[in-house]
Amino acid sequence: MSLDKPYMDIPGTTIFDADMSRQGYHLNQFCMSLMKAENRARFKADERAYLDEWPMTEDQKLAVLARDLNRCIALGGNIYFLAKIGATDGKSFQQMAGSMTGMSEEAYRDMMVKGGRSVEGNRYIGEKK
Amino acid sequence: MAHITASVYTSHVPAVGAALDLGKTGEDYWKPVFAGYDFSKQWLKEHKPDVIFLVFNDHATAFSLDMIPTFAIGTAAEFNPADEGWGPRPVPKVIGHPKLAAHIAQSVIQDDFDLTIVNKMDVDHGLTVPLSVMCGQPDAWPCPVIPFAVNVVQYPVPSGRRCFMLGQAIRRAIESYEEPLNVQIWGTGGMSHQLQGPRAGLINKEFDKMFLDRLIDDPDGLSKVPHLDYVREAGSEGIELVMWLIARGAMSDIEGGKKPTVRHRFYHVPASNTAVGHLILENN
Repeated sequence: MSLDKPYMDIPGTTIFDADMSRQGYHLNQFCMSLMKAENRARFKADERAYLDEWPMTEDQKLAVLARDLNRCIALGGNIYFLAKIGATDGKSFQQMAGSMTGMSEEAYRDMMVKGGRSVEGNRYIGEKK
Repeated sequence: MAHITASVYTSHVPAVGAALDLGKTGEDYWKPVFAGYDFSKQWLKEHKPDVIFLVFNDHATAFSLDMIPTFAIGTAAEFNPADEGWGPRPVPKVIGHPKLAAHIAQSVIQDDFDLTIVNKMDVDHGLTVPLSVMCGQPDAWPCPVIPFAVNVVQYPVPSGRRCFMLGQAIRRAIESYEEPLNVQIWGTGGMSHQLQGPRAGLINKEFDKMFLDRLIDDPDGLSKVPHLDYVREAGSEGIELVMWLIARGAMSDIEGGKKPTVRHRFYHVPASNTAVGHLILENN
């Protein structure tokens, strides 16, 4: 019997479950390494060379180089781990979160100040807005 | 005997810690957030506990994907603020209470909750931001703190029901400790927020209000809300709210005592990506 994953019908949301964690293990552990200042410096000096030290897939490496967080998440990345890349780049959590929404930084910030994204129309994939 | 005098609930948004550390609390954006804790800071001074049992989650800081404990109790003598990638927060180190923590670990495990015992751990914003909003910027935290980390990063996280029942076991553990300590239990994280994907920025004020109302008046019913409702209604990171049910489960009304007194309630949107919620409940 397959596992019950009732959360697959939520739009714009990837649940970091055991399957995603398995796929993203090396990607997330690479992110974790950026918690050390010396590793941040080595990564910044030559990103590709640093990534090649990790047994990540080529797609994962390209997603990191492009700072495409949605792609990183689709390939098993978790936002709390990916946040270490943002920290290395000097980005705030709000800048990182906003970068995944297709909105400009300013538009995202304004949306949050006005009370955030409404849940109406955002509960189920295909739901009428 | 030791006893739980109060429970405190608060979000632990990292940007709130950064605003405090960088001296931004007077800015228009942050003023209403910190104003919500003015009462609480005074209250904590007047009701200083001997120990704080602080339920929080680690955000890929102390625990990487190498080990993912569902429930982990910090039994060390001290815990350093972690470098989460921006450098460690300039806050005091956290002094533990190894004797009470070891007692709780033994009691709770014998009560059928399989805790991981952690003798070495750095603590991230999940633990230090609640201390900061409640204590300001002191040279030392007002009392020892027992960190209690819950996995809410990798799904499945523990259910609200499991957390609520664990809180009851923690209360029994604390009340069987011989020294007459005044203990507060804090539940942190939430409220509604989503930090990932195209749905990032989700906030649900109605859900948050319902959660606060039911946490006060119907915690048993609230504990039966399934994971999926949190994720769908309060965002993928809104699931952190299950941690509040551990603190609520430890209040005496759950096992036949009087209802707690609501000393303070605060709610504000936004702090960065997140809805900030805060409650203080005193045991009667």
